[in-house]
Amino acid sequence: MPIVLYRVDERLIHGQVVLGWGGRLHPDRYVLVCDDIADSVWEQDLYRLALEPGQEAEFVTVAAARDRLGEWRDDPRRTIVLTRDLGTMRELARGGLLEGEEINVGGIHHGLDREQVLPYVHLGTAERRALEELVSEGVTVTARDLPDAHRVSLERLLH
Amino acid sequence: MSEAELARGVILAHGSMADGLVSAVRRIAGGAAEALIAVSNDARSPAELKAMLDDLARQGPLVVFADLQSGSCGMAALSTCRQGPGCAVVCGVNLPILLDFVFHRDLPLDELLPRLVAKGRQAILPASGPG
Repeated sequence: MPIVLYRVDERLIHGQVVLGWGGRLHPDRYVLVCDDIADSVWEQDLYRLALEPGQEAEFVTVAAARDRLGEWRDDPRRTIVLTRDLGTMRELARGGLLEGEEINVGGIHHGLDREQVLPYVHLGTAERRALEELVSEGVTVTARDLPDAHRVSLERLLH
Repeated sequence: MSEAELARGVILAHGSMADGLVSAVRRIAGGAAEALIAVSNDARSPAELKAMLDDLARQGPLVVFADLQSGSCGMAALSTCRQGPGCAVVCGVNLPILLDFVFHRDLPLDELLPRLVAKGRQAILPASGPG
C-alpha cells in the first residue's frame, strides 16, 4: 500500500492525527520528516508515546526522506508522512518527487507575519511562497483538519 | 507552608474542557479551585503551549493535568516536565483527580503523583442501579 497521507501539521503526531486520521486510514507507520527531531532521541521517545499498539514511527531528515520515498511507497505497510511546516514539505517535493500527490494542510498556528485563513491555518509570506512552489512541483494542496471536515482548496487558502 | 511552596495545577485540554473542569471543582470545593489554572490548546501552537508551561514551572511546584497523552496537550506537558523535578504530568485527567489534588497539594510531588493516579483510577468503575 502506498503512502496514505501527506500532512503538514505543527503538532506532528497528536490526537487529530492518531485518532482522527488514524481511525480512518489505519496506518501502520508514521514517518516524521524533520531534521531536528531526527537528531533528538528524547523527542522521538515522546512522539512514540502517542502511537497506538502495533504502530511504529520513523524519524528522518529531509534528505533521508527524499531517498526513501520510493521504498515507503512500495512497502505493504500503510504510511502517513508528516512535516511540521510547509517549507519542509516543499523540500521533500523538489524535483517532482511528490508530483500527482495531494498534501493535506492540517495545522499551522499563528506566528510572526502570519494571518489566519482558517481556524487551524495561518499563513505568512514564507508559507504562501511554499504553497505556490508545491503547486509548481505538481502537487495538489488542500486544507482539512479532520477527514470528515470540508476540504478547503488552495485557491481559497491563498485568497 | 506558604502558597509559593504549594503545588499549582494546570489543566491543559482540548476545547473548553479545562474551563469546565475548573468550574466543576469550584462548585464542589469552593475556593480551593484557585489552585488550578485552565488552559485550552485552541489556536495555540506547540511552542506557545510549552512556553506557557515553562513559565509556570519556573514559579514553583507544578502538576500539569493533560486530557490526552497522545494529544498536543500531553506532548507539551511531557516536553516541559522532562526538564526538572518540580514539574510533573498526569494524563487522562478526571474530576476525582482534581478534587484530590486541591486538598493535598502540600504533599511532595513524588508522593502526590501516585496518590492522584490511584484516585483517578479508583473513580472509573462499572456501576449499575438497584435491581
